[in-house]
Amino acid sequence: MPDWFSPDEWRAVALSLRVSAWATALSLPLGILVAFVLARRQFWGKQVLNGLVHLPLILPPVVTGYLLLLTFGRKGLVGQYLEMIGIVLAFKWTGAVLAAAVMAFPLMVRAIRLSLEAVDARVEQAAGTLGASPPWVFATVTLPLILPGIIVGSVLAFAKAMGEFGATITFVANIPGQTQTLPSAIYAFLQVPGGDGQAFGLVLVSVFVAMAALAVSEWASKAVARRISGA
Amino acid sequence: MMMQISLQHRFAGFALDVAFDVPAGVTALFGPSGSGKSSVIKALAGLMRPDRGRISVGGQVLLDTDQRIFLAPHRRRIGCVFQDDRLFPHLSVRQNLLYGRWFSPDKGGVSFEAVVDMLGIGPLLARRPQTLSGGERQRVAIGRALLSNPQILAMDEPLAALDEARKAEILPYLEHLRDQTQIPILYVSHSVSEITRLAGSVVVLGKGRVLKTGPVAAVFSDPNLTPWLGGVREAGSVITAQVAAQDADGLTRLETSAGPLWLPKVEAAIGAWLRVRIAAQDVMIALQRPDGISALNILPATVVALRMGDGPGAMVQLRLGEELLLARITQRSAVQLGLAVGASVFAVLKSVAVAPGDIGAPPITP
Repeated sequence: MPDWFSPDEWRAVALSLRVSAWATALSLPLGILVAFVLARRQFWGKQVLNGLVHLPLILPPVVTGYLLLLTFGRKGLVGQYLEMIGIVLAFKWTGAVLAAAVMAFPLMVRAIRLSLEAVDARVEQAAGTLGASPPWVFATVTLPLILPGIIVGSVLAFAKAMGEFGATITFVANIPGQTQTLPSAIYAFLQVPGGDGQAFGLVLVSVFVAMAALAVSEWASKAVARRISGA
Repeated sequence: MMMQISLQHRFAGFALDVAFDVPAGVTALFGPSGSGKSSVIKALAGLMRPDRGRISVGGQVLLDTDQRIFLAPHRRRIGCVFQDDRLFPHLSVRQNLLYGRWFSPDKGGVSFEAVVDMLGIGPLLARRPQTLSGGERQRVAIGRALLSNPQILAMDEPLAALDEARKAEILPYLEHLRDQTQIPILYVSHSVSEITRLAGSVVVLGKGRVLKTGPVAAVFSDPNLTPWLGGVREAGSVITAQVAAQDADGLTRLETSAGPLWLPKVEAAIGAWLRVRIAAQDVMIALQRPDGISALNILPATVVALRMGDGPGAMVQLRLGEELLLARITQRSAVQLGLAVGASVFAVLKSVAVAPGDIGAPPITP
């Protein structure tokens, strides 16, 4: 099996898995918060927030990557201050995490928001009358009820992060062993005459990971839904 | 414990403006749909912010708009039972019941076992709400509210979503609840029969205002309230009675302050207290004690009030001993009999109903 891929290719696969896992894990708390705010609160600028969250879905990925570079590059608006405290994102694998998280965020928020909107607010009110303060209501009633949505949102985000290419290559380039993710590696092989064969191996990996993620999400959300409905 | 409520709130096309006191025991909030009953419960539970108002329970102020006091729902300790049970779908029956225990400041109050026993939900503890019948779910909801150790139980039409069979299944449990716990209950309903079975006093709401408050027997036998109490068909009175004897021919003799009543066999021990309901249209009025009549229950009475309706009907309020009774007759009969306030007559009761299971109710002291 080790003969199937070169060390660089293995590294691309491993990096993609690592980047996607971090991107999903780090954006989950913020995703739940943003979904909650969008689903439940009325406030000035709600449409602006909604637009911002969905922007990466509509913009060309290369534009998102460029905007990330402008913002988080070493001379960028935020990047220059991050560099002072020793955090550099541009052209690092951590930058790939940021790019993947930003691109996957709308999908995650949408899934969680939909499940939040399906929760019966009257059941939450009942929890309040039984003595539970709002944070407790969220932790003991809302969160368990939206668990299927959180699982689906996370898997979607993970799959999207695995496939993210445009913003990543713009923001962190395509450095083998450092920032070369699975899609970047496939792209690199396709640029070389005769590289199709090697690219195909990686394509198979990518298809396998995507299918596995989908299967896990189906299974997990069904299991959770069964637990909730008690059927 | 005494509760005082005063609320003013303007809804679209409807203004709520009520003020009343709630004594200990079961108090019914009665009125047609749209009279503002549910809004009162919402304001009490803190699920709605009224324009103006003040609510205090046993000296603790829950709401006072003038002083900018608004206690959050979870600090009020109002045990709510809603029309829809609102059970937690992701928790078992046992976890649902114990939910409020987590948050109740003191661990006193009713015990888990006592509540489970009283509501007959022991066999359901391991199950999920989705697998229960409507009546079972509502019983669990009542238990859940009770176990949160509330100062007051607020029940917003807890039976309205159930069919007649399920209602009949739950009513006895509500009676146990009334008789076995000390928690005051505010019970919202638009059913006269439910209220006469359960409540000691009643607040009648109509179009966002309080029309009358008082003991159930006095309020429901007020002829002026007939149009509000569901019209003449629903009109009737409640009388407190004690089982005196089980006769050999299958009749049960009840003793009331107005005299004896005979009913088809009532399954109750001698000495047990009952509340019987007598519909206004089942009461006839005679000037002399009638002879040669099949009716068994004929009691002497005095005319207290007369109210002529818009149609051919008239409502007559009678006093029998300490009880008040409504009779629905025609205006023509009222004129022919020469009925006037103070007249001595006989009330002929065509039928007297004891609600099944309505046993053990203590006499209502107005």
